[in-house]
Amino acid sequence: MKPFRYQAPSSVDAAVEAVEPMGVPGQGGAFLAGGTTLIDLMKLSVATPPSVTDIKNLSLDGIEEADGEVRVGARVTMAEAASHPIFLDRAPVLSDALWKAASPQLRNVATLGGNILQRTRCPYFRDNVSPCNKRDPGSGCAAIGGINRLLAVLGTSESCIATYAGDFANALILFDTTVETHRAAEGPRQIELEDLHVLPEDHPERETVLADDELITGYRFRLPDWARRSVYVKARDRESYAFALASAAVALDLDGETIREARIGLGGVATVPWRAREAEDFLKGKTVSEETGLQAGRIAFESAQGYEHNAFKIPLGRQVVAKAIFDAARKDVSGSAGQSEGAN
Amino acid sequence: MAVTRRSFLGGTATAGASALAGVAGAARQAIAQEVDDAGGESVDVSLVINGVTYERRLDTRTSLLDLLREELDLTGTKVGCNHGQCGACTVLMNGTRINSCLTLAAMADGARITTIEGVASAEGELHPMQAAFLEHDGFQCGYCTPGQIVSAIGCVKEGHATSEAEIREYMSGNLCRCGAYKGITEAIMEAREATHSSEVGGQS
Ligand SMILES: Cc1cc2nc3c(=O)[nH]c(=O)nc-3n(C[C@H](O)[C@H](O)[C@H](O)COP(=O)(O)OP(=O)(O)OC[C@H]3O[C@@H](n4cnc5c(N)ncnc54)[C@H](O)[C@@H]3O)c2cc1C
Ligand code: SF4
Ligand code: FES
Ligand code: FES
Repeated sequence: MKPFRYQAPSSVDAAVEAVEPMGVPGQGGAFLAGGTTLIDLMKLSVATPPSVTDIKNLSLDGIEEADGEVRVGARVTMAEAASHPIFLDRAPVLSDALWKAASPQLRNVATLGGNILQRTRCPYFRDNVSPCNKRDPGSGCAAIGGINRLLAVLGTSESCIATYAGDFANALILFDTTVETHRAAEGPRQIELEDLHVLPEDHPERETVLADDELITGYRFRLPDWARRSVYVKARDRESYAFALASAAVALDLDGETIREARIGLGGVATVPWRAREAEDFLKGKTVSEETGLQAGRIAFESAQGYEHNAFKIPLGRQVVAKAIFDAARKDVSGSAGQSEGAN
Repeated sequence: MAVTRRSFLGGTATAGASALAGVAGAARQAIAQEVDDAGGESVDVSLVINGVTYERRLDTRTSLLDLLREELDLTGTKVGCNHGQCGACTVLMNGTRINSCLTLAAMADGARITTIEGVASAEGELHPMQAAFLEHDGFQCGYCTPGQIVSAIGCVKEGHATSEAEIREYMSGNLCRCGAYKGITEAIMEAREATHSSEVGGQS
């Protein structure tokens, strides 16, 4: 690990002043939350910030609802959010996406701010020697012609096919979430979660629209009543503690068996958190059935491009979408209060 | 916490520090001082580990796991993957289980840490979870065991040991290459009640 300065300021203003941006993506100082992405990458020397600004003393916590709007602080941990009644009962997809991610130990420290900004698990990005346009712009992409089983099939470019590895963002994106941020000179601003991440295109080293000194302070979103009818289906190599090969976050507004509105987020298959809007539009007014679910899955993956080892994600992803639609439709939403999350 | 902030002098001045891993306690302390003098960075931390207060000046790169093993000779906590993937390094921080390999010692400044060395009673009586692991053969080679036991205590305290299926899901952060999972699950089933009422890692 490269040496770095460590600081733990006690206010948002002090933190954004302290973080030392360098103007080049990945070169400046870094905010540190739970550290489960950042310290990991620093140990691999993939991240080499000259200074680290720990946000542990900032009061960016709490999950509250006022005037129909939920506000969540950026320092709330995955574990805390997963078991919060608003997440658990009002939008189970949010709780599911959290407890099906990482491990209990990681979820106890990993924060919702850091979670959304977690980096790809592309093995060539992490090995710190292979050509990788994301880590070392212009050096090429070892994954495109390499062992790309875990990589993306949607939103890829000729520069990079790295999967956005997170689960939670694919669920949070269903509810038209706003990200609240703060910068030193410019102060606060609001960004739609859907606009936060940018496609790799020719510049995979740029992953979000955030400036280097821009701190995420929290999220705001509204939960429709029917968000109770939501699920997160995650297909992976082992039953627990593994990243998604393909996952789908689905929320359904049903009128009997007829779909009034559907929202679909995809994970494990795309380069950014992914909203499958064409499939959502297709489902409007349709009756729930296996065939409608599979058709929605086909539409969701229409623009997908498979590579040598990951083309299996396309049929797998279609099935996962169909299953999530089916599970959401069948979900018992009568008296959901007080259920505990977990594998039971 | 006092953080020494010096301007970063770049490559050569700190080159000697990259060999820090694996150097024994006193030597590391000296190196931390050298790194600091050479324009690298150090940090003062104070933690309560198994009820004992420790104060140290450390290289900022020191993980909580490094601090325990290399500085304090608390080698019960094991190094497995060193990247958050196996759970061998699990400790309780302020009562919650975490991976000490991905936590900087600096992040834990002011925290209360419980390691496997701190779960038995002061009189040396095994914690019910330790006893149950023995009883149910919750291990073979034993390497993952300190992490498993500390994690199991955390799992029960979090309220995630209500069924065998839930235990399996909520213990998935601890891998066992010997595959002693059956015994581990049985041990937790047996010890969960006694663990609930045990003081270890509590807020006291
Ligand atoms: C073994 C392993 C398995 C995992 N499995 C999964 C999985 O299955 N699903 C899944 O979704 N995730 C998984 N993860 C990833 C994990 O969820 C993330 O590492 C974690 O959520 C990141 O949160 P953090 O608080 O630890 O972030 P940090 O590591 O502290 O920060 C991550 C990044 O965000 C920046 N940052 C942090 N907070 C802010 C803020 N408030 N404002 C601006 N920038 C900020 C940091 O500078 C850094 O670049 C896994 C991780 C590991 C190690
Ligand atoms: S897919 Fe992206 S992250 Fe992976 S090697 Fe290619 S450029 Fe790097
Ligand atoms: S050593 Fe920390 S999780 Fe493996
Ligand atoms: S007992 Fe050998 S690794 Fe678990």
